[in-house]
Amino acid sequence: MPKTSHTNTYFWSGNEACAEAAITAGCKFFAGYPITPASEIAEHLSKRLPPVGGISIQMEDELASISAVVGASWAGAKAMTATSGPGFSLMQETIGYAFFTETPCVIVDVQRLGPSTGQATKCGQGDVMQARWGTHGDYQAIALSPNSVQEMHDLTIKAFNLAEKYRTPVILLADETIAHMREPITLPVPESIKIVNRRKPEPNEKAFFGLEEVPPMPAVAEGFNVAVTGSTHNEYGIRFTADPEVHRKLVERLNNKILNHAGEIAEAETSSLDNCTIGIVSFGCTSRAISEAVEIADTIGIRVGYVRLKTIWPFPEKPVKRLAKTAKKIIVPEMNLKQLFYEVERIAGCEAEIIPLNKIGGGELITPEEILAKIEEAEKQ
Amino acid sequence: MSEAFSMRNYLRDVPLPFCGGCGAVTVMGEFLRAVYELGYANLKKFVFCSGIGCSAWIPSPHFMSDSVHTLHGRSIPVATGIKLFKPEVNIVVFGGDGDIVGIGLGHFIHAARRNFDVLVVMVNNMIYGMTGGQVAPTSPFKSKTTTTPYGSFEQPLDAVKLASAANAVYSARWTTAQPNDLKESIKKALNMKGFRFIEVISQCPTAFGRRAGFKDGAEMLRWFKANSILFQEAEKLTENELTGKIVIGEFQQKQRPTLVENVYRLIAEAKEQVEN
Repeated sequence: MPKTSHTNTYFWSGNEACAEAAITAGCKFFAGYPITPASEIAEHLSKRLPPVGGISIQMEDELASISAVVGASWAGAKAMTATSGPGFSLMQETIGYAFFTETPCVIVDVQRLGPSTGQATKCGQGDVMQARWGTHGDYQAIALSPNSVQEMHDLTIKAFNLAEKYRTPVILLADETIAHMREPITLPVPESIKIVNRRKPEPNEKAFFGLEEVPPMPAVAEGFNVAVTGSTHNEYGIRFTADPEVHRKLVERLNNKILNHAGEIAEAETSSLDNCTIGIVSFGCTSRAISEAVEIADTIGIRVGYVRLKTIWPFPEKPVKRLAKTAKKIIVPEMNLKQLFYEVERIAGCEAEIIPLNKIGGGELITPEEILAKIEEAEKQ
Repeated sequence: MSEAFSMRNYLRDVPLPFCGGCGAVTVMGEFLRAVYELGYANLKKFVFCSGIGCSAWIPSPHFMSDSVHTLHGRSIPVATGIKLFKPEVNIVVFGGDGDIVGIGLGHFIHAARRNFDVLVVMVNNMIYGMTGGQVAPTSPFKSKTTTTPYGSFEQPLDAVKLASAANAVYSARWTTAQPNDLKESIKKALNMKGFRFIEVISQCPTAFGRRAGFKDGAEMLRWFKANSILFQEAEKLTENELTGKIVIGEFQQKQRPTLVENVYRLIAEAKEQVEN
């Protein structure tokens, strides 16, 4: 692994940083299926996990990969898989199962350009809504959005922590650009890294699916006789497939355990929220072009504030609402055809005019010049 | 063994979901009897995985043990994750023919290829029973089902041959009309390592038998009994002579390194390499 002269500073790709962070977070099980642009995560973990006593296995498809991850999690492991859009689509049913059975796990989706096979090696940001609504039924998703190699590392650790804390699947919604580029990354000193582990039950506990907002989670073969099922179940895991009350109670708790903490989970980087005329809401690789555009705009007298989402779901509503109080117009640049746009419009559309800036094809990034042009255009009108 | 066998000793107090005359109850009983005869007073050392379908309800939530009731077709890969991380557990998968060799067929073949350490008990009722009787990959040619009202126009799959071809260390087939053979087979398989597969041809009077002209489960059992032929005997017959027969017995027994053995050997070697 290339290391620079500074202590704890490395020159890593985003995928390498993600894999290393998984190990730091305590991941001991990886199952995956090859797919561009996520394969390096599997390759790196196949090399790094066995020496630390972990398991990395290539399964026969993405259905098997996420299923093995769910199994390993119930055996007590922190477990992860990594894929891209097409594989992420195949995993959706089991992501719903993980949500419903309260199985902590991390799913990395390195976005590429769809729909379908699309332009398989090129960057895209078209899985924003798949990350939110990919599986069926009422559920809440947690999806984090890194915009640097450093954040591929830091947010991977955060993804594991959130999964363990809330007993739910967490998605790291990366993109091809962030995953494949290399840049320096500084590893925090190990003692300063916060690691969260799932709460284990006391020996006599029996309610692993209710009574508390986030119930304790046993592993199999620990003597708890835990019954795990994707059917509607009561607090003790016993199936109730007709009782409306049991279903309401379960689904409402599962949704609320995330909704009630949306403020803590949602994280965003913000700038000049309270003294700007134009706003930007952005995420992932696209957000890397903002700062240059904002700086140049400042030199020509246009004050631009922005919210850069580190968490996409639950959506960081507060900072975007605050931005809309001062900015009369909010630009939403994204490498898809208006997926985040409508979410911003839902939250801030009454207070500000929301302006889309979209680009798809060939993995071409939205440039600072294009953002600047949109800023100037918005300022003039 | 001090206490006499009782299924209740291994079950949760939850009513069973099976229709009258269903073969799943026989499979459940013979499995638990096998466990009892092997000296297990409870199911603490087992973890059960199942998917979706009537047979998936055999262990979950009825067995007093850990059970993971997964999605349709995914019991084997979920079991893989469990066993790889907790190699000390006895993991058993129960599933129907639709679950194991319909929607989950890919996992079945790869688990056999890997010699994944699991016993898979497939209850083959030749029909999608829970959804009301649609044609299955195991339905006999010309079967009348709700989705083949003029008769099935496909040939059924031989899951035991498939498991054997994929290098399973144990593969056997019985019907619910040979409960004792089934029990002995389960006992043998539970004492082996690697990928073990037992197919049980089982009666579904509700969704299959009714449309196939059987008046009840008992008549289906008589049909199984009259047409079962041992593997060794069947080898002497031509394909024509075997039409309508159910070939039973132990098809394959062998030993080869298992997935868990290979993975943990690799971990030990990798640790050593990194240390040196």
